[in-house]
Amino acid sequence: MDAPDNPWLSLDYLERNWGEVSEQLVIHTTLTLQALAIAFAIAFPLAVIARRAPRLSSPIMGVSGVLYTIPSFALFGLLAPFTGIGRTTVLIGLVAYALLVLVRNIVVGLQGVDRDVTDAARGMGYTPMRLLLQVELPNALPSIIAGLRIAAVSTVALVTVGVVVGYGGLGQLMFRGLQSDYRAQIMTATLLCLALALVLDLLLALAGRLAMPWARRRTAA
Amino acid sequence: MSTLSEAWTYLTTAENWTGANGITTPTFDGGWRFAQDSIIALTLEHLWMSFAAVALAVVVALPLGVFLGHVRKGGAVTVVTSNVSRAVPTLALLTLFAASAIGFGNNAVILAAAIFAFPPILSNAFTGMADVDPDIREAALGQGMTRFQVATRVELPLAVPLIAAGLRTAAVQTVATVPLAALVAGGGMGVIINTGLATQRYGQVLAGAVLVAAVALLTDAVMSRIQHAATATPLREAAAARA
Repeated sequence: MDAPDNPWLSLDYLERNWGEVSEQLVIHTTLTLQALAIAFAIAFPLAVIARRAPRLSSPIMGVSGVLYTIPSFALFGLLAPFTGIGRTTVLIGLVAYALLVLVRNIVVGLQGVDRDVTDAARGMGYTPMRLLLQVELPNALPSIIAGLRIAAVSTVALVTVGVVVGYGGLGQLMFRGLQSDYRAQIMTATLLCLALALVLDLLLALAGRLAMPWARRRTAA
Repeated sequence: MSTLSEAWTYLTTAENWTGANGITTPTFDGGWRFAQDSIIALTLEHLWMSFAAVALAVVVALPLGVFLGHVRKGGAVTVVTSNVSRAVPTLALLTLFAASAIGFGNNAVILAAAIFAFPPILSNAFTGMADVDPDIREAALGQGMTRFQVATRVELPLAVPLIAAGLRTAAVQTVATVPLAALVAGGGMGVIINTGLATQRYGQVLAGAVLVAAVALLTDAVMSRIQHAATATPLREAAAARA
C-alpha cells in the first residue's frame, strides 16, 4: 500500500484553498497591526511618565516586565475564562507582550536625548508639550522605530499561539494541518508568517527612513 | 466568580496534585511516563523538558559563542540568527517537526525549544567575549599568556555576567515555550490548560495558567540570583555605575 503523496510545498493547495488562506492572512495582519497600534498608544504615555517621574519608572518597567515573563500560552489561558474565546483575548495578550519592548525602547530613546538640546529648547520658551513633540520625540525616533520593529516581528510570531483560544490567524492553518497531517498547509502558513514579519519589518524601517531624513544625510556624509 | 472558585477547588483537591493513580503511569513496553493528570508529575516533566532543552542549547551555543567572540568573527551571523529566530513562530516549528520524520511528543518539543534557546546564549557569549577591553587583552598577551590562556583566564571570566544573562533569558523563554507542547501531544504543564479548554473547565484553565506563570516567574527569580552570584563584585559595581 503506497502512502499518499504528502509534499511540503504544493501550489495545488494554494490554488484550492486561497480563499481560506487569504482570510487567515488578513486576520493575522489586522490583528498584528491593531495590537501594535494599541500597545503604542498605551506605551508612549507610560514611557513619558516614566521619564518625567523617575519614581514611577521602576513600577512601570516592573509590571510590564512581569507581564512579559508570563508564558503566552498561560496568558491566553488566564484571559479565556473572562474574555471568552476569540479575537479580544488574543488582542489583549498581544498588547501585553508588545508593551514591554515598546516602553523600554521609548524610555531609552527619551533618555538618550542630549540634555543641552532640551535645555536650549526650554530656554527658548518651549512648553513641556511642545518640547516633547517637537524636540524629544524626533530625537528619540531611532530607538522608537527599533522597538516597533522588534514588537512587530515578535507579535506576528505570537499571533499563532492564539490557536489556544481558537483565533490564531495563520496558526489556525498550522494546527489544522497538523491534525490532518497536511504538510503543505503547515508549510504554507509558516512561510506566510515569515513573509509577513519580513514585510512589516521592512515597512517600518522604510517609514523610519522617511521620518528621519537627517539620519540618512548623516550616514551619507 | 464561579471560574475563580472552580480554580480554587481544582488547586485544593489533593487528587489533582498526586494524580488518580500516582505520579507515574506504566507504559506498554515496561517503562513509565509522567501521569498526565497530576500537577506534580506535569510540573516535574515541564522542568525536565526545559532543562533538557536549555542544556542542549548550551552544549552547542556556548562553545561556539565563546570561540567566535574570542576570534571576533561572525558577529553579523549571530545577529541574523537571533533576528530570524524571533520571526519564526514556535508553533510553526512544533507543527513542522510533528508532521516530519521527527514526529510528535516530548523529544520534538525539547528540540524545538532548544533551537529557540540557542540565539540568546550564542549572542550573549559572543558579545561578552568580543567586548572585552582590547587593552586588557594586549596586557595579557604582553605578559606572555598564550591565546588559549587569554581566552579562558582573562576574557571568559569577564564575559561570565553576560553569559549568565543570556542563560537567564534562554531559561525563562524555554519554560514559557514548553507549554505549547500540549498542542502537539507532548507533556508538561500546558496539558493542564489544554485539557481544561478541551473540556470547558475554565477553572482548571485558570489554575493551570497561574501555575505556569508562577513557574516562569520562579525560574526568572532563580536565574537572576545565579546571574547575580556569577557576576564578580567589581563588575557589578561597574555595571551599577554605568546604569
